Amino acid sequence: MLGLLWLIPVIPLIGFILLAIIGPRLSRTAVAIIGVGSVGISAILAILVAISFISSPPAGNAFTQTLWTWINVTNFNPGISFYLDSLSMIMVLVVTFVGFVIHLYSAEHMLHQEGYSRFFAYMNLFVGSMLILVLANNLLLLYLGWEGVGLCSYLLIGFWYTNPANGRAARKAFIVTRVGDAAMAIGLFLLFNNLATLNIQDVMQRAAQTWQIGSPLAVTAAALLLGGAVGKSAQLPLQTWLPDAMAGPSPVSALIHAATMVTAGVYLIARTHVLFSLAPSVQLAVAIVGAATLLLAGFSALTQWDIKRVLAYSTISQIGYMFLALGVGAWSAAIFHFMTHAFFKALLFLAAGVVIDAMNDEHNMFKMGGLRTQLPLTFWTFLIGSSALSALPLITSGFYSKDLILFDAYASPSGSTWLWLAGLVGAFLTSIYTFRMVFLTFFGKPKTKAVYQPGSRINLALIVLAAFALLIGFLETPSFLGNINVLGNFLSASLPATSILPQRAGSEGILELVSAVISLVGIYLAYLLFLRVPKTTEAMVQSPVGAVLHRYWFSGWGFDWLYDTVLVRPFVWMANSNKNDFIDLLYKGIIRLNEALHRVLSNTENGLVRWYATGIAIGAVIIIAIVVFL
Amino acid sequence: MILPWIIIILVIGGTLAWIAGRFGPHWPRWISLATLGIHFGFLLYLWIQNYSIFTLTTRSPWFALFDIPWISQIGISFSLGMDGLSLLLILLINLLGIMAVACSWNAIKDRVGFFHFNLMWILASITGVFLALDLFLFYFFWELMLVPLYFLIGIWGYENRIYATIKFFIFTQVSGLFMLLGILGLYFVHGANTGVYTFSYFQLLGTKLPQPLGFLLMLGMFLAFAVKLPVVPFHTWLPDAHTEAPTAGSVDLAGLVLKVGAYGMIRFLIPLFPKDSLSFAPIAMALGIIGILYGAIVAFGQTDLKRLIAYTSISHMGFVILGIFAWNTIALQGAIIIMIAHGISTSGLFIMVGDLMSRLHTRDFRRMGGLWSTLPRMGGAAMVFTLASLGLPGLGNFVGEFLVLLGVYRVSIPAAALATLGFIVATIYSLWIIQGAFHGRNTEGWKLQDMSSREAAIMTTLIAVILWLGIYPQTVLNTSLPAVEAMQKYAIETQQTIVSPQISPAQPLPIEGSITINTGGKP
Repeated sequence: MLGLLWLIPVIPLIGFILLAIIGPRLSRTAVAIIGVGSVGISAILAILVAISFISSPPAGNAFTQTLWTWINVTNFNPGISFYLDSLSMIMVLVVTFVGFVIHLYSAEHMLHQEGYSRFFAYMNLFVGSMLILVLANNLLLLYLGWEGVGLCSYLLIGFWYTNPANGRAARKAFIVTRVGDAAMAIGLFLLFNNLATLNIQDVMQRAAQTWQIGSPLAVTAAALLLGGAVGKSAQLPLQTWLPDAMAGPSPVSALIHAATMVTAGVYLIARTHVLFSLAPSVQLAVAIVGAATLLLAGFSALTQWDIKRVLAYSTISQIGYMFLALGVGAWSAAIFHFMTHAFFKALLFLAAGVVIDAMNDEHNMFKMGGLRTQLPLTFWTFLIGSSALSALPLITSGFYSKDLILFDAYASPSGSTWLWLAGLVGAFLTSIYTFRMVFLTFFGKPKTKAVYQPGSRINLALIVLAAFALLIGFLETPSFLGNINVLGNFLSASLPATSILPQRAGSEGILELVSAVISLVGIYLAYLLFLRVPKTTEAMVQSPVGAVLHRYWFSGWGFDWLYDTVLVRPFVWMANSNKNDFIDLLYKGIIRLNEALHRVLSNTENGLVRWYATGIAIGAVIIIAIVVFL
Repeated sequence: MILPWIIIILVIGGTLAWIAGRFGPHWPRWISLATLGIHFGFLLYLWIQNYSIFTLTTRSPWFALFDIPWISQIGISFSLGMDGLSLLLILLINLLGIMAVACSWNAIKDRVGFFHFNLMWILASITGVFLALDLFLFYFFWELMLVPLYFLIGIWGYENRIYATIKFFIFTQVSGLFMLLGILGLYFVHGANTGVYTFSYFQLLGTKLPQPLGFLLMLGMFLAFAVKLPVVPFHTWLPDAHTEAPTAGSVDLAGLVLKVGAYGMIRFLIPLFPKDSLSFAPIAMALGIIGILYGAIVAFGQTDLKRLIAYTSISHMGFVILGIFAWNTIALQGAIIIMIAHGISTSGLFIMVGDLMSRLHTRDFRRMGGLWSTLPRMGGAAMVFTLASLGLPGLGNFVGEFLVLLGVYRVSIPAAALATLGFIVATIYSLWIIQGAFHGRNTEGWKLQDMSSREAAIMTTLIAVILWLGIYPQTVLNTSLPAVEAMQKYAIETQQTIVSPQISPAQPLPIEGSITINTGGKP
């Protein structure tokens, strides 16, 4: 069964090629069958491979499959090779399964849109690229998948291409992530030129053998990879592209936020964890970036009126948690949160898509309200997703994954009270902004009538995701709640276990209690602020301090403004002002000089005999002088 | 005896096409297509037949040589040789020649016979450049190439064509004279040293050159190649020539003419002047980086689509010169892949612009927009070529650029890091092409016919090649490897004849860091 591994990424790619070439001539049903079916087959294959992988583990708990050598120059010979271990297995399962559900949803959601086949072609390419990314056995192939998802995000964010704003958002996503990619490319040059391989496992092994902990090369390499990771995962300082990425259709947002793209950075760091362990300063930077991002994004999410932008900021914030976990060495906790997040965030985006459709393409939550009764199924699933996002205690998956991260941030040797506190404040913010969204959208008085009811495929997608959003948390529970460790044990073959300081190990129960309370208080506060006394909230926003904060938070802390002023405008100005290529002036100058000389010399030929006589005389004198004196 | 025929077939085909132009416009088109088709098939046969020798360990890079005396009194011979590098480049120009004929099928209606004559003679003379192993013969073909290109742009070009042709002609002619000085200098020094006056490449290798004459001669040759490549600041002829040239002319310029500069550096400049050119390498590499960034920024500011693409060429060629002067196997192989991939992707873009122009009658970006809805297939093709140009993995250009940077990193880390910024700026201008032409609002309400089957066939072929280069570049890399290693060996041998009195063999060569043979990249 493991031999089928290569088909998992290849089948969506075949779907892409088919749809790209013959898609426009196919009926919508045929397009949906190819588009959804290819990812579905991929998901089934992934499950088959997983069963085989678990029931009879290959030697060394890893399986490598090489299709061909991609490039072979002297000792540089990366292959088109896939590497399956428990980490990539988890990623593949989540990507294919969540991807499939999103495709199923899209088949109905996009049915009446222009460019149906183009949409599914891009979506298939997206899933295919992501699968290549997680399965690559060398960093160059990983980079191929990495750039592939960047491309697909560009194509899909700009899917409705006639609106220039969408094109702008799409280009922003590609260019900003490419800034990170450039750093990562330099990282690859460094790794290859110092370790003579790009094979991930060999890189890890040789790095551990040749580099001391904290050696400059290890630190630089890890920092450059981190540059790539913050770009793709929308962390500080490259987070600005993600909120604008909402320009794409809702399923695209679901795919970008849940199954593909933004989790790539988390995967990269987990995959190359040895490098980060060799560079403690960079690993600390990962934790700090995560903590800072989760706070900044949390505040920004509080102020948005666009339902999708709230979700976008919440993604940035949740990925911040994963970075925090990676930064304190809680590798499997990060992957656990990735898993739970994939399900509940996909659910939230898909449900938000239904809401937006039902509101006739209205994104503003303040114009919604009371949808609870009009869209009951959407309401309940959205509520489940929101509870998971706010880490509602005991029943939701988000509780188990997020609280594991909070505990590790406190109790691991590289953790600290500060990191824990940042995570806790973030959790508080999360439950406020999440339930602000729930209350504004589904409670209160109905302001608009829902014009649309979702069909069976959309409902099925929502129910499946909601079920997983509740249940998947039980793969890993704290010691006093059953102490289940399925995921951690499974991942232990690829990722080292999280070490816990013995003196802090006992505080797990207290911490869980604190965060459970925080989550509930946040929800209650949201209820007070946005349902009970919205006038008071309005007054707070109108107050001088409130207005300033609101503006900063709303605009994402002014990062867009900063980059616009420091980078974009100067670049555009430079390009526009040098449109005519100033170097050409040099050659134009030569032309002018020649023309001037030509005019001067032609003036001497004026037909006046006395001029010619003088000329002859002067010439003769000069020649004689030369002859005499030299 | 095959090698002269490779040139002669094209010469005869071109002449026949001119004559047949009397009978009707279709004759020259079919004659050119048939000639190029036969020629391409023949080259392909040659490649497949000789492919196995590339993987042998004991290999001579030259699998065909031809040498007869020409003007023996002064040591000029008609000497041709083909190795993997020249074979690949001749295959490239042949393929692009076919594309040039195909894309001018309906566009050229005036003096069709003479047009094809010029087209074929450009191909013939560039083929000669790639085969010549006598420096005088090389110079002969080098200059010969100008004349038909001059006519091609000057007769069938756009509004401002006379200015562009004169500019182009003067730039290449003046720089060509510097190369002639370099060649003659080498000739006389070699004659004075050994008593043998010859223009033969193999004999001139290893000529001991006094300083600073050697450096000046190298600089003269470098200038000629740098103008053709083109290297900033000698590039300003290119945007004008591209903009004014007919589509076939742009394809020839981007796909062929630019490549002779890079070829000249790999084949002649560094092997003949290893010490001088490699001591010049920091400056050449700096020019390459400036070219990458400067070309990209200026490209972004253009409103004329053809001019924009011309500037992107300058940016891409920056990677090539960077790779050549890093002079290790990985970087050189990368430079060769870029030469081929850039020829394909940029020709694709120029043909796309030509197709657009035949529908819109404008190259002005500001009048386009939203064309995707009316030209989805052309938009898709344009997307592939722009993605290739921004260095998307899986397409040919990425393989080349990545290898170049990987090799450059070994020589100079700052150079590699700065050049990597090229990835970002390339993204900016490439996406701008798509946005400007195909996305956004269709403000002028264009309703156009999507690609015809002829246009689609051209695009499909080019896309297939660029994908093949991106996913399985090994066929190309294997073919060029013996040539690359031979050039490196020549350079080292020349180096040794110069420095042997001072340095014992046990000591490392002063430029060891940048020369790696076989062992490649042991860290």
